[in-house]
Amino acid sequence: MTLRRILLAAAAVGILVLLVGFGLAWRPAIAPVAANAAVNTDRKTIDHGAELAAIGNCADCHTAANGPAYAGGRPVPTPFGTIYASNLTPDVDTGIGSWSEEAFKRAMRDGVDREGRQLYPAFPYDHFTHATDEDIRALYAFLMSKPAVRNIVPANELDFPFNFRPIVAGWKLLFLHRNALDPDPNKSAEWNRGRYLVEGLGHCGSCHTPRNALGGEKKDSAYAGGAAEGWNAPALNASLVTAHKWTADQLAEYLSTGWHKLHGAAAGPMADVAKNLGRASQDDVRAIATYIASLSPGTEAAKAAIPAGGKVLTDQPADVVAIYNGACAKCHNDRHDVGPSQAVSLAYSTAVRQPESANAVRVVMHGIEAYRTDGGPYMPAFAGTLTDEQIASVVEYVRARYTDQPQWTDVKSQIAKARQEGAQP
Amino acid sequence: MNVHLKPSRRDILKGTGALVVAFSLANRSDAFAQEAAAAGKPVTLDQVDTFLAIDDKGMVTVYSGKVDLGTGIRIGIQQIVAEELDVPLANVTTIEGDTTLTPDQGPTYGSQTIQMGGMQIRQAAATARSALLDQAAQRLGAAKDDLAVAEGVITAKSGGGRVTYAELIGGKSFMLKVDPAAQAKNPADYKIVGKPIPRRDIPEKLTGTFTYMQDFRVPGMLHGSVIRPPAIGATLQSVDESSIEDVPGVVKVVRDGNFLAVVTETEWAAVRAARELKATWSKSETLPDQAKLWEHVRSTKIVTDDVTSNIGDSAAAMATDGKKIKATYDFAIHTHGSIGPSCAVAEFKDGKLTCWSASQATHNLRKQLAMMMKMPDADVRCIYVDGAGCYGRNGHEDAAADATLLAKIMDKPVRVQWSRADEHGWDPKGPPTLIDLRANIDASGNVTAWESEFFIPQGAAGMVDLVAATLSDRPVVGKLAPGGIVNDSAIGYKFPNIKTVCHRLETTPFRPSWIRTPGRMQNTFANESFLDEIAAALKADPLELRVKYTDPADKRGLEVLDRLAKIAKWEKRASPRKDIKGNVVTGRGVSYVKYELVRTYVGVVADVEVDRTSGDVRVPKVYVVHDCGQIINPNGVRAQIEGNVIQTVSRTMKEEITFDRGMVTSLDWASYPILRFSELPELVIELIDRPTEKPWGAGEPTAALIPSAISNAIFDATGARVRSVPFKPEKVRAALRSI
Amino acid sequence: MKVSLRVNGKSQEIDVADPSTPLLYVLRDNLGLHGPRFGCGLGQCGACMVHVDGRATFSCVLPVTAVGDRAVTTLEGLMEGGKPNKLQQAFIDEEAAQCGYCISGMVMQAQALLNKKPNPTDDEIRRHMEPNLCRCGTHAAIMRAIKRAAVA
Repeated sequence: MTLRRILLAAAAVGILVLLVGFGLAWRPAIAPVAANAAVNTDRKTIDHGAELAAIGNCADCHTAANGPAYAGGRPVPTPFGTIYASNLTPDVDTGIGSWSEEAFKRAMRDGVDREGRQLYPAFPYDHFTHATDEDIRALYAFLMSKPAVRNIVPANELDFPFNFRPIVAGWKLLFLHRNALDPDPNKSAEWNRGRYLVEGLGHCGSCHTPRNALGGEKKDSAYAGGAAEGWNAPALNASLVTAHKWTADQLAEYLSTGWHKLHGAAAGPMADVAKNLGRASQDDVRAIATYIASLSPGTEAAKAAIPAGGKVLTDQPADVVAIYNGACAKCHNDRHDVGPSQAVSLAYSTAVRQPESANAVRVVMHGIEAYRTDGGPYMPAFAGTLTDEQIASVVEYVRARYTDQPQWTDVKSQIAKARQEGAQP
Repeated sequence: MNVHLKPSRRDILKGTGALVVAFSLANRSDAFAQEAAAAGKPVTLDQVDTFLAIDDKGMVTVYSGKVDLGTGIRIGIQQIVAEELDVPLANVTTIEGDTTLTPDQGPTYGSQTIQMGGMQIRQAAATARSALLDQAAQRLGAAKDDLAVAEGVITAKSGGGRVTYAELIGGKSFMLKVDPAAQAKNPADYKIVGKPIPRRDIPEKLTGTFTYMQDFRVPGMLHGSVIRPPAIGATLQSVDESSIEDVPGVVKVVRDGNFLAVVTETEWAAVRAARELKATWSKSETLPDQAKLWEHVRSTKIVTDDVTSNIGDSAAAMATDGKKIKATYDFAIHTHGSIGPSCAVAEFKDGKLTCWSASQATHNLRKQLAMMMKMPDADVRCIYVDGAGCYGRNGHEDAAADATLLAKIMDKPVRVQWSRADEHGWDPKGPPTLIDLRANIDASGNVTAWESEFFIPQGAAGMVDLVAATLSDRPVVGKLAPGGIVNDSAIGYKFPNIKTVCHRLETTPFRPSWIRTPGRMQNTFANESFLDEIAAALKADPLELRVKYTDPADKRGLEVLDRLAKIAKWEKRASPRKDIKGNVVTGRGVSYVKYELVRTYVGVVADVEVDRTSGDVRVPKVYVVHDCGQIINPNGVRAQIEGNVIQTVSRTMKEEITFDRGMVTSLDWASYPILRFSELPELVIELIDRPTEKPWGAGEPTAALIPSAISNAIFDATGARVRSVPFKPEKVRAALRSI
Repeated sequence: MKVSLRVNGKSQEIDVADPSTPLLYVLRDNLGLHGPRFGCGLGQCGACMVHVDGRATFSCVLPVTAVGDRAVTTLEGLMEGGKPNKLQQAFIDEEAAQCGYCISGMVMQAQALLNKKPNPTDDEIRRHMEPNLCRCGTHAAIMRAIKRAAVA
């Protein structure tokens, strides 16, 4: 976020606030429900809600590191400051235990809490607004079935003027489109289901669509690639550079297991998405895959063929080759397309082919540990094993050997940023 | 005073301290061999000298065919001997698993080490003691029963002289048959047995001074690594040796049939060369579709039926009126998962083979290596060196065969260190087990019939064919050896009509072998879970039902159940619990066994926490009551029980090998996850010590109960029955959604 | 080629045939240390763990030529005056090893925690020990040992 963009954003917001005034921002409170109020205990509804929550990746934001599930408190960094995810457990005082289904629905659709306060769009109600009554009911039933956890979430740390909640109403005027997603009769039921989930509860665009200065998704560049926690969220449209074009089948496998042998592993924030989708309805995951695959029409072709073993480079420094052979090639070996730890040939890796080195750098530094308990792709974190210079040189070596793309120029700055993010525990 | 120019055996054994053992063992072993040959040390089970030697300083060497696989039996056996002989424990050391020096007491498996091997050694010690007392009586001119022994010194209680074991026998042979009637010491007089004496290896393991098989080196040794076929049964078509031209330190690429290996100067060169060598193999698809594994097992040809119990007329009883219940259980294919992949060193000298291995069965290994190399058994010596835990017949023997073949071809000693993928992919596997159960309950709530059918591979314990022999087309036994997997198919409960049948299958998808609690774990999982299904059908308390159908004369069994109810604060009620609500629910399950119907009694209660939407199951706490008779070392027993519980929680909740039509695909810990610290249950263990009873095994029995205790607890918590190990969230979820 | 290494406080020159050789093999084969062990070679199990500049590191995926002037400490290097240090002694006192193959890595990992946080909670210990695998099921004894060292 440059200073220029911040100023621009502040000015725009100021104007908006003037335009819309407090009238628009004001929303009434919805009466609290009593603790232990009758909630839906139908198992089918709750199970459905659980699957939808998995698609929505809700637990990921609403659970603090090592904290109880859904009890909130996780800091969500935004360009405007830090927002702390709320406690979604049915605790009356600190969670949503006093929220009626109506209040929950309003939060999902309109971004307003039970007491009528505006919610920041870090909570992606611009997507959730598309959810059906039935799905919102199931989600609500699921959340209300969780154990109540008393957890007071820290106050947000936002810069002026963003710490003034009513301005969110202005944001909504611009970016919250409550229209229903009418099914496209020319497309399959599966595609339509996929679109409903991707555009709605799945809120894929939150990361995979670039945002404007006000933090709104740029609808004209939908799915052209965005950012999440320092990582690049790769484009989901035709602009994505990959070794193999994604098919719906491959996407379905990748989304539910975090891995595909022609593409590699879901790492960083996407690992949590994949872990959640592994627990969603697999029909829904398939639908999501079908819709996402349709965002990049066309067929495989025109991709420069890099052999699985990479190019033969003769001009590389011996110490860098030694690092590759001693640290990387144990898993990313050249004899098999897939080595131990489900490591694919780096010629297939999306991270290595992206225009920026953000993901390649971060996966080397932080590894992939998200699947460790249940099994799945794994990579040790090298942040503490190799020095910054070594990481930079081996990342650049991999780029040169395994792609036909221009060398990166941002590797050192990405390493410095990744160190600052302090994601390394 | 005699001056010994030649070092005593004891001095040789002691070497120069543990620190240098790795580099001196080879020489030491040569010295052993020479001395053993010279002394003609017997290894037959009927001789005292087979098991024991006392040198002229009174130091006692125990020769044990049973080996310490990391379980702590070494100190246990030393305690038995020190106790029986009345010598200081510190004076007792052990030689294990050396085919030239130690007797063939059978492989170290089946919770038999103390129970069988230890008792053979105890009897030898009792015989030795009696003979030494006879000699002492003569020497001291005292009556034998007037003699007392303390710290290896014999004195007459009535006063007079004294004589030491060292003076009586020091360095000489007993030349004595083991006397089965020799009176062992009265347990009331025990000073060493039953005490929590610390193991000697642990301080060494904590300071880096212990020598594992993986640390073992001999001079002039090369390193070998085998390149395995990408699919079981694939044949080697071509090898491109130029592909490893730039790997420093490659000595040779070895090809012998489908056995392809690299031999190098350093271990790392072997790792790299094996990884980078390009070879082409034929396509081979010998495995069933994993998604249809259980259909495959069910349709595999049955070669014989083992009826393991047949009481009354179960068919007739099943046909009478009553409530019929039936269920099918299955248990996935597991790998041993040793933390240190298998390793061995082999050396040929003068046409004779010495092979150092962490094998649990060096005597069997010797026979197999001799068969593979077409040599007489007498020309093969296998020496046990402690390795990483194997939990059964893992890859140690196969690594030994790899090393042997390479040592022969290279005419130099060769060390083979398996890779992680070798271990996960090529160790023999615990076979898939499928079990059908049926029961009939009459109108007054009595179980009138119990029938079960187990679909398990044919064969018993024996010798598992060596991978290297198969790949190089050398002689193998050629019989399946899955272990004693029919054990615990029969049940101990007193139902009037019982029939339990093991359908022995012609084949099983992978080379089978035994993994801790082989068969007993799978069979007990089905039996003890199904018993819970009966309890639920009767709306009976599951623990009380076990008491009801246990033989009232079986006081020890009933005591275990009684004490289990107390430590677990068992609340008497039927499962599932009535007050299930919310997403995360808790429950408890019980399981009980008298191991193999004849030995160690164990009762387990497991607590679980189940997330009813995700199917995630946590096992926060496990209670164990354990009666293995006389306890030799309570620390050892407790450690074994802890290991049984934790390892089996892992196997039950997480483990399952995956495979495609050609090969195992779960070739590392990322694809075959095991339990981690975050999943560790709290353990509450109560040992029942019965010093006057026989000691029974503790290495396996507790493990038999863990899967059923957890399945029963999940049912108690949720009303959903999980009948398929592992209890992965998707299976639990499916079970939850089917109720 | 010659590589300079500082291991357990001692600097030495080591001859290595292949610069990609992971530190683990150099420690074991060139220096004869038995503490660090080969378990997977993939950074998955922790049997090979050593400290590199005080940080618990998988020595099986760290090429020796990449170590540079960073200080390497193995299980042997934790000894104080020829005796087991407090944590090693706690493992000994709790008999927190069965086959013990994983134990060196467990100690190195736990020591790294205690160096930062002398009195960790149970949860902190479990989380910190998560990368290390044990197959014998010694976890409970290991927890007891770490706690014993923490309060001692």
